[in-house]
Amino acid sequence: MNSGPVRREIVIPGDVIGDRNSKPGQGSFVEGDSVYSSLLGIKTANYGRVGVIRLSGRYMPYPGDFVIGIVEDRGPSHWLIDINAPYPAALHPAETPWRVDFGDTGRFLEIGDALIATILSVDEIKRIQLTMEDRSARRITEGQIVDISPSKVARLIGKRGSMIAMLKDYTGTRMLVGQNGRVWVDGNPRDMAIVARAVEIIEDKAQVLGLTESVRAFLEGEYQKRPDARLR
Amino acid sequence: MEDIEHLEKKMKLIDENGLRIDGRKPIQLRPIKMEVGVLKKADGSAYLEWGGNKVLAAVYGPREAHPRHMQDPTRALVQCRYNMAPFSVTERKRPGPDRRSVEISKVISEAFNSVIFTEQFPRASVDIFIEILQADAGTRCAGLTAASMALADAGIPMRDLVASCAVGKIDGIVCLDLRKEEDNYGDADMPVAMIPRTGEILLLQMDGHLTLEEFDRGFTMVKDAIGRIYEMQKEALRKRYAVSAEELEEPAEQAPPPEPRSEPEPPEPYPPEQQFQPDQDDMEGQQ
Amino acid sequence: MTEIVSELQRDRVYRLAASGTRSDGRTPEEVRPITVEKNFATNAEGSARVKLGNTDVLVGVKVEMGEPYPDTPDSGVLSTGAELVPLASPEFESGPPRPEAIELARVVDRGIREAHTIDLKKLCITPKEKVWICFVDIHALDYDGNLFDAASYGALAALTCTKVPASKLGLQDYPLPIQNYPVSITAAKIKDVIVIDPNLQEEQIADARLTVATDENGDIRAMQKGLKGSFSYEEVNRIIGLALKVSDVIRAKLKA
Repeated sequence: MNSGPVRREIVIPGDVIGDRNSKPGQGSFVEGDSVYSSLLGIKTANYGRVGVIRLSGRYMPYPGDFVIGIVEDRGPSHWLIDINAPYPAALHPAETPWRVDFGDTGRFLEIGDALIATILSVDEIKRIQLTMEDRSARRITEGQIVDISPSKVARLIGKRGSMIAMLKDYTGTRMLVGQNGRVWVDGNPRDMAIVARAVEIIEDKAQVLGLTESVRAFLEGEYQKRPDARLR
Repeated sequence: MEDIEHLEKKMKLIDENGLRIDGRKPIQLRPIKMEVGVLKKADGSAYLEWGGNKVLAAVYGPREAHPRHMQDPTRALVQCRYNMAPFSVTERKRPGPDRRSVEISKVISEAFNSVIFTEQFPRASVDIFIEILQADAGTRCAGLTAASMALADAGIPMRDLVASCAVGKIDGIVCLDLRKEEDNYGDADMPVAMIPRTGEILLLQMDGHLTLEEFDRGFTMVKDAIGRIYEMQKEALRKRYAVSAEELEEPAEQAPPPEPRSEPEPPEPYPPEQQFQPDQDDMEGQQ
Repeated sequence: MTEIVSELQRDRVYRLAASGTRSDGRTPEEVRPITVEKNFATNAEGSARVKLGNTDVLVGVKVEMGEPYPDTPDSGVLSTGAELVPLASPEFESGPPRPEAIELARVVDRGIREAHTIDLKKLCITPKEKVWICFVDIHALDYDGNLFDAASYGALAALTCTKVPASKLGLQDYPLPIQNYPVSITAAKIKDVIVIDPNLQEEQIADARLTVATDENGDIRAMQKGLKGSFSYEEVNRIIGLALKVSDVIRAKLKA
């Protein structure tokens, strides 16, 4: 399967990550004959480009990203959605599955409502548009939203989705992970609380070796306490 | 440059052996301790102890700039607020910005403005807050050094970290990193902030009396010190995230490659000396 | 820059509080872990950094010479201020103190003052002319709910390690004369549920808030009700009872 762990290097803004033959990718910039990191992160080489995957920071929206948003404002013909990014995103009735008359936006989404959507576009001045045309898009009416650092979303999903599969397996909950650092969980209260604690472990202990095992041990512990609980 | 006290008495700052009142040689720095990621609410933070200084720096952003009319449609604003706690100094300082704090806030904002890739965040603001909890001269250098780490911790894209240190003159001798008494009774003080890699000077202030030769000597000393402080900053940042790297060891060879992001927008026109390639937006792949 | 709290979150925090296990795992009557670090800021005459859960506050005490108030010519002066610096929360903005900061300072002040925590009579230098003024300055560092209690604990802890700098008058420095140790407890009411030491999520959806400061004898020294909701008399009594129940442990921590 794997050839063994690949040591990834932490780079700091200003660290050299490539030379004049390297193609600059995400999180990098070119100055003179070298490619430098612009972010605190892990050096990567994907698709022939040297770049940096960030280890921290706010969510930076990108078209196609699956996000969980909260309505922060609305007007007669649009809603403004907080997606945990530097900017709020706009949602227009044409991008929803509903038929919304002018002025009637409140009937479908009110301030404080949570929803699942996708980033449709981000323009040059970072105006963000959302769409709900994806099948899973909807207003969220049950369950809860758990927050995680956007830079830890990859850890939460895990290699080939292994971590999230483990969480769903043990807890029997439905889960959807937004790229913007919000996770929707639905199930019974006890299982949802366990997911929330597991996410906290991933968030806090992303620095610790053997995270997957720590999370597994936690889940095992939780479900052994209750003989009637699920265990697959 | 801490002119809070205006006492007249003279003090012998360097003894017969060339040692300063705390035993340091002219080129020695005070002990420095750095820690990154110390606050929960801020997007990035750092705590720094430098001699008797205790400084906390936090970054929020990028976030939408308010009020609306302040927004720049082409880039993010970089706004730094340097503030001293009332109990941070020997004689209590009334809360709120005074003219000195406003000036320091401005020069630090300007220093960071030139390293942050502000054009990636139009209409936004990167807000930097420096709180001096305990002061012992050199607070703006300590604050700037801490803020630099807080910016990296917040994931703000930058050309480099910025490190800062001051050099001065006491009893006629050019000395690095003045402490409170040396600053009060000394002959000159010059805080400097630089990017060691490029040699760019982003902050430079001076008061007192220096000959050209003293200035040269002092600058060489402070440049070297800044290089050392820069390495400490990197170490502190690496330590904070050290094991994260190991956790991401598993290569995603068998995972289908995530959708490649689209090509970057054409680069903004830059002045000829600095041709930066645009930074692509972050690609949070499923590693 | 107020954070929008989703309806989902409001419901969840309330339901958890009502169920007896709050969003952070505590029971409604539990206070978060408290850590106290005294003498953190050594340019101050006294200081303490207190963490109440994730809420982090630094309080410094500066003791300086000044004029007494005309109506108390032989008493020292207590003056309390609070800075909700923007570093501590995305909700805090720069600028002159907002009503929240002023209320915080006054409530902490009241708790300390009304318990006669400091023997102000012992802070007279020359009657009618010169007395010692204690400036208690609250500096928020990280805000995760219940600054009232965190700041109050910080203030008391700072006062217990404060030295009056009498050496400035050619005399010996001496410890600030403390004669009482009031402890503040804040409760939040969310619909029909009452929780002690609300965290940020609970504060964001609270309808009403009550802070009670009690002393070692179990007497009440100060109270402050906040926010737009209301309490019944029974609820107020219940909160006072809860405050008395948990105060002694906290008092011991602050005195140590």
